[in-house]
Amino acid sequence: MVKVFIDNKAYEVDDSKNMLETCLSLGLNLPYFCWHPALGSVGACRECAVVKYKDENDKKGKLVMACLEPVVNNIRISIEALEAHQFRAGNVEALMTNHPHDCPVCDEGGECHLQDMTVMTGHNYRRYRFKKRTHTNQYLGPFINHEMNRCIQCYRCVRFYKDYAGGKDLDVFAAHDDVYFGRQEPGVLENEFSGNLVEVCPTGVFTDKTLKKHYTRKWDLTDAPSICHQCALGCNTIASERYGSIRRILSRYNGDVNGYFLCDRGRFGYEYVNSEKRILTASKKQNGTLSAINKEQAIQEIREIIKVDKKIIGIGSPKASLESNFLLSQLVGAENFYAGITSTEGKLIQLVVEIMKGGKVKIPSLSEVEGYDAVFILGEDVTNTAPMLVLSLRQAAKNKPREQAVAMKIPEWNDAAVRDVVQEATGPFYIATAHATKLDEIATKTYYAHPDNIARLGYAVTNKINQQPTIVDSDEETEALAQSISNALLAAKKPLIISGTSLYNEAIIQSAANIAFALMDKGKNPGLVYIVPEVNSIGLSMISHQFLEDIYEKPNKDDDKTAIILETDLYQKMDKHNTDTFLNQYTNVIVLDYLHNATCSEATYILPAGTFAEADGTVINNEGRAQRFYQVHIPENDVKSSWKWLQDLLMNNSTPSVKNFDEVIESLVEVFPELQAIKSIAPDSDFREGTQKIPREPHRYSGRTAMHANTHVSESRPPEDPDSALSFTMEGYAGIPPSAITPFYWSPGWNSVQAINKYQIEVGGPLHGGNPGKRLFEPIENSNAIYFKNNPLPFSPRKQEWLALPLYHIFGSEELSAQSPALKERIPKAYIALNNNDALKAGIAEGNVLEILFNGEKHRLPAKLSIQLPEGIIGLPKGFIETAGIHFPFWTTLNRLNNV
Amino acid sequence: MEKPLTEHIKNDGTSLSLMEYENAGGYQALRKALKLSPEEIQKIVKDSGLKGRGGAGFSTGSKWGLVPMGKDVPTPKYFIANADEMEPGSFKDRLLLEGNPHQLIEGIIIGAYAIQARFSYVFLRWAYHQASKVITQAIQQAYEAGYLGENILGTDFHLDMSMHISVGRYICGEETALLNALEGKRANPRSKPPFPVVSGLFGKPTVVNNVETLSNVPHIISKGADWFKKLSITDEGGTKLYGASGRVKKPGLWELPLGTSLREILEVHAGYMQNGYNFKGVLPGGGSTDFLTTIHLDVPMDYASVSKIGSRLGTGTIIVLDDKTCPVGMVRNLEHFFAQESCGWCTPCREGLPWTAKLLDALESGNGIMEDLNILASHVHYMAPGKTFCALAPGAMEPLESALKYFKEDFEKHVHEHKCPWN
Repeated sequence: MVKVFIDNKAYEVDDSKNMLETCLSLGLNLPYFCWHPALGSVGACRECAVVKYKDENDKKGKLVMACLEPVVNNIRISIEALEAHQFRAGNVEALMTNHPHDCPVCDEGGECHLQDMTVMTGHNYRRYRFKKRTHTNQYLGPFINHEMNRCIQCYRCVRFYKDYAGGKDLDVFAAHDDVYFGRQEPGVLENEFSGNLVEVCPTGVFTDKTLKKHYTRKWDLTDAPSICHQCALGCNTIASERYGSIRRILSRYNGDVNGYFLCDRGRFGYEYVNSEKRILTASKKQNGTLSAINKEQAIQEIREIIKVDKKIIGIGSPKASLESNFLLSQLVGAENFYAGITSTEGKLIQLVVEIMKGGKVKIPSLSEVEGYDAVFILGEDVTNTAPMLVLSLRQAAKNKPREQAVAMKIPEWNDAAVRDVVQEATGPFYIATAHATKLDEIATKTYYAHPDNIARLGYAVTNKINQQPTIVDSDEETEALAQSISNALLAAKKPLIISGTSLYNEAIIQSAANIAFALMDKGKNPGLVYIVPEVNSIGLSMISHQFLEDIYEKPNKDDDKTAIILETDLYQKMDKHNTDTFLNQYTNVIVLDYLHNATCSEATYILPAGTFAEADGTVINNEGRAQRFYQVHIPENDVKSSWKWLQDLLMNNSTPSVKNFDEVIESLVEVFPELQAIKSIAPDSDFREGTQKIPREPHRYSGRTAMHANTHVSESRPPEDPDSALSFTMEGYAGIPPSAITPFYWSPGWNSVQAINKYQIEVGGPLHGGNPGKRLFEPIENSNAIYFKNNPLPFSPRKQEWLALPLYHIFGSEELSAQSPALKERIPKAYIALNNNDALKAGIAEGNVLEILFNGEKHRLPAKLSIQLPEGIIGLPKGFIETAGIHFPFWTTLNRLNNV
Repeated sequence: MEKPLTEHIKNDGTSLSLMEYENAGGYQALRKALKLSPEEIQKIVKDSGLKGRGGAGFSTGSKWGLVPMGKDVPTPKYFIANADEMEPGSFKDRLLLEGNPHQLIEGIIIGAYAIQARFSYVFLRWAYHQASKVITQAIQQAYEAGYLGENILGTDFHLDMSMHISVGRYICGEETALLNALEGKRANPRSKPPFPVVSGLFGKPTVVNNVETLSNVPHIISKGADWFKKLSITDEGGTKLYGASGRVKKPGLWELPLGTSLREILEVHAGYMQNGYNFKGVLPGGGSTDFLTTIHLDVPMDYASVSKIGSRLGTGTIIVLDDKTCPVGMVRNLEHFFAQESCGWCTPCREGLPWTAKLLDALESGNGIMEDLNILASHVHYMAPGKTFCALAPGAMEPLESALKYFKEDFEKHVHEHKCPWN
């Protein structure tokens, strides 16, 4: 800590920062454009100019850019000095010369950093009297709208897209005042993180195309703090609604999880919430067809069924909250509660939880991953199974080469200078997967093999580290690779091991743990990250230990007539034939779900479940972090949280009172004491700031009286929210709420997402009151976790048969987001991938139609070559319509169809 | 009067061959240098007072002295000759490149040895086609003669050299933009600090020196620092290539003692003004220097003296303005050039220069208003040194600022007469 003087006032500050960060962290208003807390300083825009003085006697000073000015003891600067003021205002005047001033029709209007900064500088009178330069805009795909004329050339877009996210197809073209940010030619932006351009761009060049379809100003949105439900990482989001539909998703800053960013599946995959396939009312099957019935009637009838049936079974969901799963298990009894996943998947997740609970090594958070300096990935195509982890890994890969810049005493925040030193270098980064992956481009070495062979490599690496296990019979090549990986991991300050469940291989998960254990025993401080399939896979596995096969294979007794299925399409999880048989055994199939699906068609009753948009709940991410999401709005239909429906069903004469959310959690932790922490992840429903609730709507929310004027002219009373400290109104506490219940960012003068600066203790650091979420598994000193000893035998390919493995797609492999229109445009066509040599031998060429047998049926799909699958292995896209219900891996035959 | 840089350059437009160069004492300096330690060479060059002839005037020896030396420093180091002569009105390096390529190459090798560089480049202006042939051939000859490659002249010093032809942007002459261009990136200048001597090409220690600067090096090594110091009239050391263009009787380029007066260059060497034209002013060192007028004619043309009267020696190539040429039009042309050559990185340069050019266009076409003069003056302030990312825009403001000072009436006439008085 050193002392600095800003406008003659002394402050004690951190000397590892620059003066812009320091001013912002102190809560001072200093305009900027090109600087971004996650991207660092480059000094392009010249907007954060301040006057720097030699000492207290220097009255004239010198204009400097605060973002390039290191904090040093006794530095004196002025934000308020006239020269600095005039320069900043003049700079905005200059960069606005070609701006179209189209705020009224611009999607960014009202949340535009350029608007905010322009007002902040005081520039208001335009002297430029010449023609403006104009540009042609580009089609950039279904996610992003492009309006280059609004560009103020801050260079943040390319710095994020290329330097930070590893994108290749967005660049800066031309020079002088004709600089153009776009693609070489119009086309879909390929990078998986392109949506962040919407938030990174300080004005309306890159805007959200899905929002544009049903555009609403920021101030007219009802917002809620939410958690992305589209993979297991649990990125924090802001979900926004108007007129009953979800309009967009923004990143909600969480310094421990996703920081400032989201992947495109998380950002644009929300549209299914507004789908025509949404189940909006309770319905009942009568005479073979489902038709809407009154919800009270539905509840009454289902209650009667439950009362009569002695034994009912419940199927829970890794997409549903802990609360919903818990109440279902309460309703049916824990012994009759089954997780809605296959036992293969379930057991792997249990293994992961067991390793995390064992506490031998640290399970780092998503943001902590950025701090590791050597990486070994076993079996995960991270870009497609946990996209945001890639963004963290890309930063981690630069840590080792960054040491050179540190040696040159270049401050970490000086991004341009650091990059000049680091160039394209990456640190030790090893990837062992079943096929080529996008992240391979930053890998030191890749290894493509059958899952068992990947595990064998893991065992070999462990053996090299500390002879645990003592003997591994690997071939020379594997030995050499294992040696170089173990050398790199041992040489690193902080080695990181990444693995997961995606290849359905137990040995991979075990061997990853072994490596981390061995590093730990060698005195290193390794990190171990497991990727699991769903947003609440970990949560569900902590409250249920039975899986779909357990109930499918159990003969149905006569009194066992009712199944309640929570937020699960069984046909996605199990094959059609067995699922038909299973469902036929039940007289009553009660389904709680959001979108009409195959399971719904077999239902006797359907209750409309809330998605993240209409439900409150708690989910546990892959790190073991429990996080809360809140419903955005109360829809004008029957949709509500599944746990609320289940409570309706649970209510009988003996327990007449409705429990609110806190009370449900209370009873949950009574049954599952190890989940105690979820009680404290967010303020209770009776929390108030003073006497006030936290409004979900900004204070400028408009049209509240008018929006229902077609039905009644008096202003209706806003709905109550008995379950949280949030209100469905614009009235309430206007300051900064607790971080877990912050629905949006706004501060006087800061209307854009950059208002986040005001919510952080220091810019880029933790939120006031700490980042939300509670970790359930921390390292335990003297953990008694033991090494796994199940080194599998090497894989041997078969003649005439192939082993099919799942191939994951960020767009398509997740069931719900795949039903979002924008995302649907990005889903590739289904295919069968195979090895080039195999194809050559079998006379198969790219695009040939192949016939394949799975789930008891023949399917025809085109061949796709060259993703470097090992010989004897084929790949099928996971979770596509064509591949629903497949259990990977499986052996199969292929037939090439001629001229089809 | 000694003319070390140009005395052997032939008048027939052909370049000095390797043999001719060697016969004139060429590569003897290199032989001498390789027997000295790198630090000794740095000291000799520093003691000579040699300053960067590209325009910045920074001590060459001091620049070399900032390169990390010893075993545990980042390698490979690089040594680059900046032959991207793009300054409006400048053509001095061209004479050296085309006329005596080995003098430059020898200078590079000695410089590279002095910082222990492993690779060197000649970064050449795109339009210098003759020079590209000459330099390519000379590099080849130097390799064949053992002056380049491994174990140069039997020592354990290795140096490779390549020529890189720029794609042709003014900004590539800025040393850090040059590095980006050489790396295949956009030619935007880099953030300083760190300076290239610490983190340069591919992030490694790198020295970038101007062609004229480097051409002096073999002579300094051969004849010593004191000899070099005594070449100049004032105390800055050495000779300087001075040029003159515009409506003078004998436009040309002359190697003269550093510190020769502006009057002597114009009157004695350039033959003063053509008949029918009167002297109005000069840009003393290329397009990005401040105007000097009649009152400044006796200034010694060295770094300190020109700086003292509010301009810069720059490249030492003088552009003469006569009374039949509109000063507003001249500045307009310059600002058009600079606006076009802005890389587009920082706001003041990217937006301020085109605005400046448009204001001058308006004045020239009779559409100017008095407010325009205020905006021009405010732009001079807005693009002053320190406010922009590199020196391009501040340089561009130098002719404008001084024109507004010395030719204010001419600007006002454009407004009042609603036309250019010279048209």
